[in-house]
Order: sequence, then C-alpha cells, then structure tokens
Amino acid sequence: MPPDMLFLAALDGIAYGSLIFLVAVGLSLIFGVLGVLNVAHGSFYAIGAYVAASAVLAAAGMGLPTWLAFPLFLISAILVGVVVGGAVEALLLRRIYGKEEVLQLLVTFAVFMILEDAQKVIFGVRPLFANAPMNWLGTVEVFGIYYTNYQLILIPLVALAVLVGLRLFLRRTSFGRAIVAVTQDREAAMAMGINATSIYLFTFMIGASLAALGGALSSATTSLTPGIGSGMIVLSFAVAATAGLGRIEGAAVAALMIGLGRSAAVYFAPEFDVLIPYLIMVAVLLIKPEGLFTTLQTRKV
Amino acid sequence: MSRQIVIGAVLLVALVAFPLVSPWSTVILTVALCEGLAALGILVLLRAGQVSFGHGLFFAFSAYVVAFMAAAKFGHEVLLLVPIATAASGLVAALVGLFIVRYRAIFFGMLNLAISMVFFSLLEKLFSITGGADGKRVPRPTLAGMTLERETFEFWMFYITLALAVIAALGVARYLVSPGGKALEAIKTNETRLEYLGVSSRKVLYGAYLLSGLLAGLGGAVIALVSGHVTPELAYWVRSGEFVFIAILGGVGGVAGPFLGALMFQIIRGYAAVYAPETWHAVLGVMLLVIIFFAPTGLYGLIAGRKRAAPVKEGAR
Repeated sequence: MPPDMLFLAALDGIAYGSLIFLVAVGLSLIFGVLGVLNVAHGSFYAIGAYVAASAVLAAAGMGLPTWLAFPLFLISAILVGVVVGGAVEALLLRRIYGKEEVLQLLVTFAVFMILEDAQKVIFGVRPLFANAPMNWLGTVEVFGIYYTNYQLILIPLVALAVLVGLRLFLRRTSFGRAIVAVTQDREAAMAMGINATSIYLFTFMIGASLAALGGALSSATTSLTPGIGSGMIVLSFAVAATAGLGRIEGAAVAALMIGLGRSAAVYFAPEFDVLIPYLIMVAVLLIKPEGLFTTLQTRKV
Repeated sequence: MSRQIVIGAVLLVALVAFPLVSPWSTVILTVALCEGLAALGILVLLRAGQVSFGHGLFFAFSAYVVAFMAAAKFGHEVLLLVPIATAASGLVAALVGLFIVRYRAIFFGMLNLAISMVFFSLLEKLFSITGGADGKRVPRPTLAGMTLERETFEFWMFYITLALAVIAALGVARYLVSPGGKALEAIKTNETRLEYLGVSSRKVLYGAYLLSGLLAGLGGAVIALVSGHVTPELAYWVRSGEFVFIAILGGVGGVAGPFLGALMFQIIRGYAAVYAPETWHAVLGVMLLVIIFFAPTGLYGLIAGRKRAAPVKEGAR
C-alpha cells in the first residue's frame, strides 16, 4: 500500500476523530459529574445537526452571507444544549440521582426514544443537506487529492479549542473548579456553599451543547437522515469507554485512535469500517476493564 | 407463589382460548409470545440488576439461522429449525458472555448495545450474503413432516409457541428460586458479599446470560417462521429496547410479567399504528417514563398487588 494513501487515511481519521471527540467529551463530562450515562446524548448530536442545517438553509434563503453559518453553528449548539438538555436534566434526571444505575439508563433511554421521534416530526424524514459552509471554505490539494479546508482544518481546530478550553475552564475558573469539587465529593462541596443542583444542570447543558456542536459541524459534511443519533451514541460511548468514562483528555486520545482506525478501515477494508471502533474498544476493555486512562489520573474530570 | 400461579393460569387459559374465538389473532399472539420470550430473558438479567440493550442480537441471530437453513433446504422442518437456531443463539451468548459478564450496569448495557449494533451493521453491509436491508425470505417449512396451508400452519405454530413459552416460563421460575437464581439476585443487592460466600458472581451471571440468550433465540427462531422473512431490523437497537420496555411494562416480579407486557405491547402497538404512527417510539418512551416513576413494579406488580406486603402468608402456605 503506497505511503501517501496511508497519509490520506490519517488526514481523514483526524477529521473524523475530531468530530466524535466533540460528542464523546460531552458524554464523558456528564458521566464524570452526574454519574449518569446519557443514552439520549446521540439525540443531542442529531438535533444539533438538524437545527444548524435548518438555520443555515434559512439564512441562505434570506440571502444572508455564507460565513454567518459559523456563528449560527455555535448558536444552535448552545440553544439545543440549554433548551433541550436543560429540560431533560431539570424535569427528569434530577429525580433519579442516587437511584440504581439501570434505572438511570432506562430513563435516558426513554428520553432517547422520545427525542428520536420528535426529530422526525419537527424536521421531517427527507434527507437534509446544507453543505454551503463547507464549500465556502474552499479546498486544499494534498497528494493530488482535494480536501475541504472545513474537514481538514476547521473541525480539528474546533476540537482542539474545546479540549484546551475545557481544561482551562475546569482547572482555572471558579465555576469549573466548583464542578470538579462536586465531582469529587458532593456533600463536602455543598457544605462549602457550592450549589450542586445548578452545577449538575450547567454541566449537563455544557455536555449536551458539545454534542450538538458536533452535530452542527457534521451537518455541512453529510446529509442528515433519521437515525444518525443512534449510531453516534454507540460510537461516542465506545470512545468514552475506551478512554475511561469521565476522562476528558483521554477521550481526545481515544477519539483520535478510533478515528484513525476507522479511516484506515475505510481505505483498506470498507465493509468492516463499522467494526473497527468496537474492536478497539473490546481490545482495550479486555486488557484494562476501566479504560485506558483510569490509573494515569485520579481526578475524574 | 400462589398468586403467581393464579395469574399465570388465567393468562394461559385466555391465550389457549383466544385463537379459537378469533382466528385472525393467532399471528399477533404468536409474535407477542416471541417478544415475551425475549423479554423473559431480559427479566432474568434484571433480577441481577443488569439491563441489556442488545438482546436483538440473539433474536436476530437465530432468525437468520432459520432463514439460511430454510433457504438451503437443509432441515426444512420446524421441529429441527427451532432447536438448532435456538442452540446457535445460545452458542453466541456463550461466546459474548465470556466477555460481557466482566462488566456491570452501564458497561453491561452499553456493550450489549455495541455488539448488537455491529451485528446489525454487518447484516446490512454484507449484502451478498444476508440480502442487505431487504433481508431474506423464509419459505414455510414442514411441521412434523407435514406440508401445511398457511392458516393451519399459523394455528399450530401458535400452540407450539405457547407450549414452549409455558415450558420456558416454568423453567425460569424454577431457576429463579434455585440457589443459582438466588445468587443472581444477590448480584444486585450485594455482590461483594456473594463473593465472600465463595460464589463466583461471574459464573452466576454467565449462566443467566446464557439462559437469556437462549430465550431470545427461541423467540427469534419462531418469529422468523411465522413472519416468513427476516430483516436486519431484528437486531436493531429499537428491537432490543422494545424487549426491555416489555419486561419493565410487564414487571419483573414474576415470570408471567413479560408475557403480560408483551400482550399489552401488542395492544399499544395496535392503537399507536392507528393514532400515532409517526410517533410510536415517543409513545413508548413516555410510557416507559410513566412506569418507572409511577408504577415501578409493572403490570404484574399492579395485579399481584399486595403480594410483597404480606410475605408471612406466603411462607405459611
């Protein structure tokens, strides 16, 4: 196999890994803080994608400039995270903290089923395609193959910004530190005057917004069909589990690993590309059942 | 125990009589029984505090085994197809179980989901072998050597499935009160203590997983025969989610629960097909939330009612 093919596969893998990192890191953050595995996370991804695509198409319909799509992505991601994510946390999840893990899984699973149908009702079942923002950024030639700047540069940059931003936010800002404190010892943190209820709510909103941002960014590269959320939840769980649930930097490494593995499969054995993420996950979990990065860090966030 | 027997007996009599009164209902009832069998498998796991969002894997695997055997004209006979396909599912459960019983709660549920989604994707992608998203047709096999007309075949399939379901339910009920079944409940309440008693919780859960895989496989084998075709949808997460839904709806208090749940599920599906065809899963989701928050013991618990409140009576029986 020629080396330039390998290089091209690597570029694909980075773009893909960056995208799943955005979703997986939200899942991991929510688990780290709330202790709940949010099965509805894939729905936030899908809803983020649909809202962003609709906003971009609406903006184009009004004759607004294409670059407006990028702020629109961010706005729709935050909107979805705050409105949908906030509602789910405040109305449902708040009632089940401290109950059996299985019950929590079932509740988020129920939310997932509801949101999947809500998407179909609101956005329809016809494929939605809004690739103007991707075309607007132009292409770059690598080894005779044209890549879009959008996938090659923008998505990885956003992922990097989220990674660095989250790290700084959790370590340097007082609110971020409060999140870490609640994660480590909820009662002690509350005794220090931290409002754990609002911490949970905001963390869930941030996590949901990150998933929606991943969806918004993906909306320019693929056509949106019902069911994209269910694939994503399994994939982002694979990433988060490979890294160890609740590990943020680990999620970046795992996402990259899985992204590279998958794009290598796309080039060399296309029928089995869907298998690669799970094979990596199973291989990792067989050796380290708690994920790759559990012993390296003792902190959960 | 006595209440459990009463509920089971009433349910059984109703099921035996219903197809005689209204022949159109045999296929729907058979489908309900198949889903009830798979949900019974979920119930076994729920007793250990574990939930699987991936039992569609075993359901679909045995359905496809039936489809391949039927297409190859190999053992084209119900009495051969069902046991072989069920055993094949059990084999898959035995393999997957080796890996999966190391995990609990979230990992247990999600790894099951991941494995079944892999199988689903393979069924869809390997078009040349599996027929892709269109699936495969299952020609009607012979029953005890006889070639039957569709309606006669469906009629007999229902009673065979009912008999299998009764045997399965009684077997599971026995298993749940056996030492293995009691150890299974201990995984939920206090796994560490179980290990201190010298019982390997992994072995206990492995046995339960194998049993649940066989039950789902049995359901899948029959559903392939009565519906006449198999599609990758059988392995999709939605299907697995429905099994969990049925188990929770029916209640995990007794083995009649999943079958009650499966019948109710068919009724809800019937109404939803008329009144909410687009939002049918949302209806399920809302109902699941309502059950979890307001009736955690499910239909069985609602009917059996005060059974738990009066354990003395039960002991004195």
